[in-house]
Amino acid sequence: MTAMLAQKTHALRVEGLVKTFDVSAPWLNRLVERKPRQHLQAVNDISFEVPLGGCLSLVGESGCGKSTVARLVTGLYSANSGKMQFASGPDGKTLSAQMIFQDPYASLNPRWRVKNIIAEPIRELKLRKSAAEIDERVVELLKTVGLSASDGQKFPHEFSGGQRQRISIARALASEPRFLVCDEPTSALDVSVQAQVLNLMRRLQDEFGLTYLFISHDMSVVRHMSDRIAVMYLGRIVEEGDTEELFARPRHPYTQLLLQTIPNIEKPQRDRITAGGEVPSPFKPPSGCPFHPRCPSATARCSAELPKVRTLASGTRVACHLVQED
Amino acid sequence: MTTDVSKQGATPRPSMRQRIRNSDVWWSFTHSKSAIVAAVILAVLVLAAVFAPLIAPQNPYDAAQLDMWKAELPPMWEQGGEWPYLLGTDTQGRDMLSAILYGTRISIVIGLASVALSLVIGMTAGLCAGFFGGYIDNILMRLGDITLSIPTILIAILVSTVVRQLLPADLREIGAAAVLVLAIALSSWVQYARTVRAQTIVERSKEYVQAARLLKVPSRRILAYHILPNTLTPVLVAATLNFGMAILTEATLSFLGIGMPPGQPSLGTLIRIGNQFLFSGSWWIVLFPVIQLCLLVVVVNILGDWLRDVLNPKLR
Repeated sequence: MTAMLAQKTHALRVEGLVKTFDVSAPWLNRLVERKPRQHLQAVNDISFEVPLGGCLSLVGESGCGKSTVARLVTGLYSANSGKMQFASGPDGKTLSAQMIFQDPYASLNPRWRVKNIIAEPIRELKLRKSAAEIDERVVELLKTVGLSASDGQKFPHEFSGGQRQRISIARALASEPRFLVCDEPTSALDVSVQAQVLNLMRRLQDEFGLTYLFISHDMSVVRHMSDRIAVMYLGRIVEEGDTEELFARPRHPYTQLLLQTIPNIEKPQRDRITAGGEVPSPFKPPSGCPFHPRCPSATARCSAELPKVRTLASGTRVACHLVQED
Repeated sequence: MTTDVSKQGATPRPSMRQRIRNSDVWWSFTHSKSAIVAAVILAVLVLAAVFAPLIAPQNPYDAAQLDMWKAELPPMWEQGGEWPYLLGTDTQGRDMLSAILYGTRISIVIGLASVALSLVIGMTAGLCAGFFGGYIDNILMRLGDITLSIPTILIAILVSTVVRQLLPADLREIGAAAVLVLAIALSSWVQYARTVRAQTIVERSKEYVQAARLLKVPSRRILAYHILPNTLTPVLVAATLNFGMAILTEATLSFLGIGMPPGQPSLGTLIRIGNQFLFSGSWWIVLFPVIQLCLLVVVVNILGDWLRDVLNPKLR
């Protein structure tokens, strides 16, 4: 994977992505209560690159816009502005993204047998011709994700959360994608099952040369999975860098805060800097740097001016007034 | 690797019959006395109606079989009753038992057909409103609100009167049943539309629908294969309860004289005819059709209530 990184090829390049949601009350209510239209800036001027065959992780607290980015990349939402450019695959076609969802209970149609769930992409994209070929492919996919052929006859409610997530992965693989967007694929699972699913995903990445855009709020999971990490706060990327660099030398105060949240098995009682407060409302984002109300080292400049994204010598990109080049 | 998937399992899949016998619904059915009694009575009523030509002593539609000398005979067990007129005859010499059996037949057919038609209208409207939202949702649901703001029976009267006027005179007699079905369906589709719309909005945002959208599955197929099957349970319950309502609406319309003509009487028509003789002492002409109608509707409602309790996960 590192060899691929060195070539600086990317599977997806995103520039200046913006997504606003109109969350206004119905017009009659607005008229009666004299309320203005309300817009929510879910994703605000985001740029990143996903290395081909690698894994970029988006991390951040709930409501920071991670899942919106996932849905923008897959095309479930359309962006208000910005550019998204997928590289072309080995067959010359532009890559398209498939998705693994967060909730293993809502992501499979409860009325369909598993074999039909997995066969749906094959049928829709006409990847196999005859019914026998489709059946054969479904069995192959079930075995790839560690399930047995007879599981295809069952309904989703007969499986555990981890097994359902495997079925989800099999369905995503059925469309023979090169690019997978994983929206918190393990956050609904037990820790022991999380590890199994994550290891399966890494194995599949090596086997099929997949590229992942991985979304999580769990720093330990992210460290296990990714080559690069982008830290999001209130719809913006505040820091982006190679995994080990980011863990060794977090630059942005928010990244430092996030790393504090990882439990440490050697020093369970260590002192932690705890940040007060919550993520500010995205309806009324604070002036200047969005993190300044919670930042332990904020200055007057932070509340006045939005910090620009700067690229450091190590390749890390960071948006903070206080970070000095060293 | 061409292997039959179904043969690789360690345990064979249970057959359809075994699956039914192991299901919650069957268990609950065998443990509910009222449901069993209701089902048995309904089965008897339906079978008697279906096989009316074999059971009934007389074909009430055939004027040649009517005997004016046998008019207004009381039931068998009363003084003056005669075999085979078990429940007596009306003023035309028509055997009441035969008329009731054939009338039940008409009532059941019109009830089923109108529920089916209003299901089609209501589910289509509900699916479209819930899935597409926006102005489609607004138009369909406001139409539904307007329908609900007028009493059901008034809509049915309005529709059947208008359609009857539009039909050519020679078709009116034959088309009476179809007009009734249309009138009842147009006055009762809103409930299905609302139920399906609410369920569709819930299902639409679930991730399996998004997964299908990612594959660019056309909306029509997403609606038919993903969303529709997941909205069926509450609709099934509503349809059972509405079947009883539809039979009653039909009887009301026929009683008011804008339903089935006296030549091919439904239960409502029989009650209307009998009503005129209630005070002249011929009570059997009105009482027996009334008992039959009540029995039919009560039994259907008991089954509907039971089904609602069984299929509602919050009540378990």
